[in-house]
Amino acid sequence: MLSFILRRLAQAVLVMLVVGMGAFSLFRYVGDPVGNMLGQDAAAAQRAQLHADLGLDKPAAVQFLHFLGHAVSGDFGVSLRQGREVSALIAERLPATVELAIVAALIALSVGIPLGVYTALRREHWDAKLTMAVSLLGISLPTFLIGIVLIELFSVLLGWFPSYGRGTTIQVGPWRSGLLTVDGWRHIALPAFTLAMYQLALLMRLVRAEMLEALQSDYVKFARARGLPDRVVHFGHALRNTLVPVLTISGLQLGSLIAFSIITETVFSWPGMGSLFIQAVQFPDVPVMAAYLCLIALVFVTINLGVDVLYAVVDPRLRVQAPAPEARR
Amino acid sequence: MPLLEVRELCVEFPTRHGTLRALEGVSFDIAAGEILGLVGESGAGKSLTGAAIIGLLEPPGRICGGQIMLDGRRIDDLPREAMRLLRGRQIGAIFQDPSTSLDPLYTIGQQLTETLRTHRALTAAQAREQAVELLRRTGLPAAQARLSQYPHELSGGLRQRVVIALALAGEPRLIIADEPTTALDVAMQAQIIRLLRGITQARGASVMLITHDMGIVAETCDRVAVMYAGRIVEIGPVRELIDHPAHPYTAGLMASVPSLADAGGRLAQIEGALPRLEEIPSGCAFHPRCPKASPRCAEQRPELALVRRTRAACWWPIVEGPVR
Amino acid sequence: MKPRLTTRPAGTGAAPAARVARWRLLLGSDLWHAFVHSRVALLAAAVALLCLGGALFAPWLAPHDPSDLATLDLADSHLPPAWLAEGRATYPLGTDDQGRDILSALLYGARISLMVGLSAVALSVLIGVTLGLLAGFAGGVVDAALMRVCDVMLSFPPILIALLIDGVGRAVFPQARDVLAFAVLILALTLTDWVRYARTVRGSTLVERNKEYVQAARLVGVPRWRLLRRHVLPNVLGPVLVLATIQVGQAIVAEATLSYLGVGVPPANPSLGTLIRIGNDFLYAGEWWITLFPGAALVLISMSVNLLGDWLRDALNPRLR
Repeated sequence: MLSFILRRLAQAVLVMLVVGMGAFSLFRYVGDPVGNMLGQDAAAAQRAQLHADLGLDKPAAVQFLHFLGHAVSGDFGVSLRQGREVSALIAERLPATVELAIVAALIALSVGIPLGVYTALRREHWDAKLTMAVSLLGISLPTFLIGIVLIELFSVLLGWFPSYGRGTTIQVGPWRSGLLTVDGWRHIALPAFTLAMYQLALLMRLVRAEMLEALQSDYVKFARARGLPDRVVHFGHALRNTLVPVLTISGLQLGSLIAFSIITETVFSWPGMGSLFIQAVQFPDVPVMAAYLCLIALVFVTINLGVDVLYAVVDPRLRVQAPAPEARR
Repeated sequence: MPLLEVRELCVEFPTRHGTLRALEGVSFDIAAGEILGLVGESGAGKSLTGAAIIGLLEPPGRICGGQIMLDGRRIDDLPREAMRLLRGRQIGAIFQDPSTSLDPLYTIGQQLTETLRTHRALTAAQAREQAVELLRRTGLPAAQARLSQYPHELSGGLRQRVVIALALAGEPRLIIADEPTTALDVAMQAQIIRLLRGITQARGASVMLITHDMGIVAETCDRVAVMYAGRIVEIGPVRELIDHPAHPYTAGLMASVPSLADAGGRLAQIEGALPRLEEIPSGCAFHPRCPKASPRCAEQRPELALVRRTRAACWWPIVEGPVR
Repeated sequence: MKPRLTTRPAGTGAAPAARVARWRLLLGSDLWHAFVHSRVALLAAAVALLCLGGALFAPWLAPHDPSDLATLDLADSHLPPAWLAEGRATYPLGTDDQGRDILSALLYGARISLMVGLSAVALSVLIGVTLGLLAGFAGGVVDAALMRVCDVMLSFPPILIALLIDGVGRAVFPQARDVLAFAVLILALTLTDWVRYARTVRGSTLVERNKEYVQAARLVGVPRWRLLRRHVLPNVLGPVLVLATIQVGQAIVAEATLSYLGVGVPPANPSLGTLIRIGNDFLYAGEWWITLFPGAALVLISMSVNLLGDWLRDALNPRLR
């Protein structure tokens, strides 16, 4: 098991290095690296100094190492658009995105998994079929459209929820949280639902498919043949086997939630990293893009690693490296 | 009174080609303590018969006629829950592939105790004790240690023993064994068959052994039924059927099993192939392939009738001389 | 789909008789039968074809030409759909703030969306299938390298990759003209999708490569490319077809998303996403039709294609029959 973790860790580091190279190329070759660090309005003397400091005349490998050094300490230079340090910008906006992603993930899991189980167990029933049809809508509708429709319905027409911003937030140490006030929750409701919708539909369909497959398996047939009650067969055996791949995929989906937040944050004017990134792409603001890339890569790689470890913990077949030798077949 | 009586059982499947009859007029008995073999080619309907008896026919398949009786009481029309109570306690089943019959996420011990406690009121400790005892009876070495192992940690032969232990946990009186040795190698096959025979004899349980391997049938069974295209074409004591087959299909089957005695000759074959469900011939289903077919065979379906010492469904059964 | 082992002698082209025979094979096949008997599939296909037709023939179907500035009349702006009080029959779905007819804009927008989506998928399939075949057949280092690349790409969400490529494109070509902007967009969409095809095709190639008839053919000296084309490719196209159908819907939605975010098609050729973005600002003013109709069109296309893809996957899945 330990060797497994070490191998995955090595892979993770490799991926981060590759991403780092990508970000470095972005930083160095796209646009003006000196301008990236100092901002557009720096004096000529400062620029010349930085040019020498950055070793921009040194070989690329050396520059890459410099970049890595800066990156690891969180220094990505200065935003071209806003003139502030990128690291400060990101730190400011991180809590908004993280809270949004977590609330959306909770919604997707707590609604998606039970619905998936239900539609699998009661396959021929009309409400199961209806739910499947609605889920198709869920994965066909683009996220931004869902957001617009929700705004139109719940904000413009009904006036139940606000349609932009985070509302009242409270600063807890370095973290500005919107989950500690009722107003904050009212503001996060629509964006979280919008973000969750696609994942929810996807999860529901996945759980249903895996559950149906589990229900057809030999071990379920044998369990029934032994006279085990339906409840035990469905939930103890079929569901447990279903959840193994489902939970791991959900873990991976958490990462994509953070990516999809880009769209949701734009629709709801949510002051998170996603909207920061969009503005960077529109401008184009290269340092911010490079920083976002590295951060997202880090998040993904960590999540992937965590999911792999989780898989090994949950499925006993993965714990043993070599299965018992088979009798000659 | 026989333990199990099957009368005129028929099973059908609605498909887009129309409703297909997979089993037609299947009738046989199994006495207490007897081992009945059910043989035939793949697709003849053997597994379906077993599934119908234990009430695990997969939809859209359904029983469309006939009766199944256990101890004289009908069980084919029982409601779901009543049928479930029979399973494991009166009728047990084991299937072909031991590696997929066990839930990979639970230890052997957990699966055994779960089954034991479903059938009887036991504490966890009592259930574990009985689980070890069950495993010992199947000849599994180091039974105590196995409780905490997972299925994938055992080899195929050991897994099948665990499967048998699980099937016996509720002490059923009839066990439907669907190709229990097909997925194992030859050495393991012999052991498993001997185990099955020993255990059932010790407890007076009956076995319905579904297989396509005549060798196993010859060694293990008391009586054997031969199936063809969803019908039973011959049934009788094992020695009689093998030495004096009355139905041409059975004769063909016996002749196609090579023996050391006629080594070197061509392998005997039955011409043609099993008919598809949509195209089952009228009258006797075997007539297109039968060397003795007559016009009557194409028009009228023969019923099982006593011929010498076995019962065969044929208008022109073989009545003289041994085949071999 | 049963694997097909072609038995035509080498060197003969497909005679017309063979082509007719192939059509008959298709029409008599299980797939076609399942198709014409499935209400869902027929409906989805009909809607998809309708949208495709409407978009393709937009220049002929649209009552007005929204890009022709001369025909725009500010006096006609902000009109609601024809069935409402102030609507007018010549603008059946209403007009926007510049007097552009929504129906026409919708048809032209759908055209752009479909064009971008289909090109991206076509390119993805081409790149993915080729690389997959290569990896599967060559094996060894090539295969391992490709799989690593796929793994890395799959662990990132497509929208992110698309945005990044788009952003880089903008930074590298700050004064991009229309064609270049389209190219960058299509490239962005292509590069996010090819991985799935490559993986599927590689898997199938590996399976087929190890089959005895392929090994036998190689022994006889059949050149590899012919093996690939004649034997491996037909067996692999089934899953690719399913993936491609679903992917078209996703590509169209992705393009709409990018355009909505302002980083998609250039503003001179608005796609459905652009139209939705423009209309978004007017939601609060109560002029819902500017956003809703392009939105509905998008949903219609996306859903019908997804339904078709779903149905196709179930129909081609041997285990569900």
